[in-house]
Amino acid sequence: MNRRSFLLASGAAALLPLAGRAEVAQITGAGATFPAPVYAKWGEAAQSALGIRLNYQAIGSGGGQNQIINRTADFGASDAPVAAERLQQHNLLQFPTVMGSVVPIVNIPGVGGDQLRLTGELLAEIYAGRISKWNDPKLAEVNQGVSLPNLAIAPVYRADGSGTTFVFTSYLSAVSPEWKQKVGASTSVRWPVGNGARGNDGVASMVRNTRGAIGYVENIYATRNRLATTQLRNKAGHFVRPGMESFRAAAANADWSAPHFAANLIDTNGAGSWPIVSPTFILLPTNPQDATRSANVMKFFDWAYRNGGQMATELEYIPLPDQVADAVRAAWGREVKGPDGQPVWPAR
Amino acid sequence: MSQAVAASSAPPHPARRKAGSAGDAIFALACRAAGLFVLVLLGAIIVLLFAGGWPAFRAFGLAFLTSTEWDPVQEVYGAGVSLYGTVVTAVLALAFAVPVAFGIAFFLTELAPAPLRRPVGAAIELLAAVPSIIYGMWGFFVIVPVMAGTIQPAIIDTVGELPVIGALFQGPPFGTGILTAALILAIMVLPFIAAVMRDAFDAVPPVYKESAYGLGATTWEVVRHVVLPYTRSAVVGGIMLGLGRALGETMAVTFVIGNANRISPSLFGAGNTIASLIALEFPESGMGSLKLSALLALGFLLFALSFLVLAISRWLLRPRLKG
Repeated sequence: MNRRSFLLASGAAALLPLAGRAEVAQITGAGATFPAPVYAKWGEAAQSALGIRLNYQAIGSGGGQNQIINRTADFGASDAPVAAERLQQHNLLQFPTVMGSVVPIVNIPGVGGDQLRLTGELLAEIYAGRISKWNDPKLAEVNQGVSLPNLAIAPVYRADGSGTTFVFTSYLSAVSPEWKQKVGASTSVRWPVGNGARGNDGVASMVRNTRGAIGYVENIYATRNRLATTQLRNKAGHFVRPGMESFRAAAANADWSAPHFAANLIDTNGAGSWPIVSPTFILLPTNPQDATRSANVMKFFDWAYRNGGQMATELEYIPLPDQVADAVRAAWGREVKGPDGQPVWPAR
Repeated sequence: MSQAVAASSAPPHPARRKAGSAGDAIFALACRAAGLFVLVLLGAIIVLLFAGGWPAFRAFGLAFLTSTEWDPVQEVYGAGVSLYGTVVTAVLALAFAVPVAFGIAFFLTELAPAPLRRPVGAAIELLAAVPSIIYGMWGFFVIVPVMAGTIQPAIIDTVGELPVIGALFQGPPFGTGILTAALILAIMVLPFIAAVMRDAFDAVPPVYKESAYGLGATTWEVVRHVVLPYTRSAVVGGIMLGLGRALGETMAVTFVIGNANRISPSLFGAGNTIASLIALEFPESGMGSLKLSALLALGFLLFALSFLVLAISRWLLRPRLKG
């Protein structure tokens, strides 16, 4: 609801100055909800700076992929990287925009924010239903000094298909072979235990309302709702707190040389890395029917790479490193060709 | 209620005038087209849902109906859990709503003092006009915490300890679950059933009731032996209307049912309904994927289920409608 009213408000704000301007180029996009707040913010700022109005519909990553495959939008947005064959088959170019992180949230009486320490294996066992009490010896072992009550654990997950779930289950699959084999990673999975809530906001409210609950949300929702997050043990064996510092550390360790920029930021190396970080992607046709609109999409994201970092950081996303942005620009020039066969980027 | 009226008094046959003017012909044609349009639309929806769901039906066969698997990673889908959740929540909702609705209608038509009838009646109609998302939010923010904090722990500690029946009331008190969903649904369908019942009871010719009172019948006896038999078809119709709404309700249920693809023996356990599963999974289903097909197949099943409910109610009412 928050996101929607935010979008509505920014949409309304975007309409107002329109009256005075004769020429505003429109671009349309659809897809992931996870980066929707930052796209809305960029869209608002770009309208006055660039004269490009972004109309972004946060309909979910799957919907975004469908729309761009049908070419009903100028670009699609997806949290999960699209398989190389599928990109090839539908003539799509994939590039990242920002990175975000997923954090566990808990509601345990007497346990404050970032007090509880968890490992990926423990998280997987909790969501598999094998650890069902907060005073389980396995939890107590890594939490000496924290008094854990004899309370049932109530796992909460996203009931709607979502990129957040994809990122979270990718992490569980990466750290727990058993999870990978029995459940796997997807935008929705067969959860062995727990209750589902709708949207990041729904998970946040359900965790707040349920004693003994644990959930996972996109970081900004934990901050905004002032929920107790937990520490996580990273690959290097250190317990880290969620925060811009550990998110940036993880982003710095990303390997962007992967084909189609499908960098894996799950459980990266590095002493201070937060283990659940993920980039979010844009899908752009490599054979656009309307070269001007396609060029405008690239202009928009080029502007966002240059000027949008601060806005992204304010919303607790991690901006893309400059060299990755340069590589993306190179890919635009190389791969996107208009109907006349000429590269669309750099635009005029 | 119109059925009741039609059933009692034979409709008058007005003298038929030959349709001579072009206007009449056009009007007749337009009406026929409107009538046919509904049929075509209905048929198109059924065909589309079935065709879209066909890959899922073909892949899983009849087992699709009973399988309780719903695993998007392995691409194994079954309708068992959501069918169960849909039927159980709807039936429970009716079990809660029908007695209350009858009480409301009985009170409004027989017992309430005249100045009270209009405001209470208007309140019921207003209840019917509340959008379902409001019920969902209200359920999530008000009812769920009360269920989780007070009602469920109390029941789990008392009734939950009993043999046999206790199994229905066990598990962690999440607040959400089948029972909470059924309660919200009951409140949502209540105004429909109550309004239909009240209108039906009001339509009973006073002379019948007065004769019964004249013979010394009590208020209860009048309702039981005069009003109810007279309005049976309308009452059943109202209940079916409620059942139809309960089966297809989406948003409010999604908020409070817990959304788990498991069948749990406890009424406090999380579940799923067809409508809420479709709403939740649809945005993340790729085009041409088996998941999308399974969701369309679920839609077809929901359609078939609603149709079945209507058909059964028609069949139950058949002898009375003739009379």
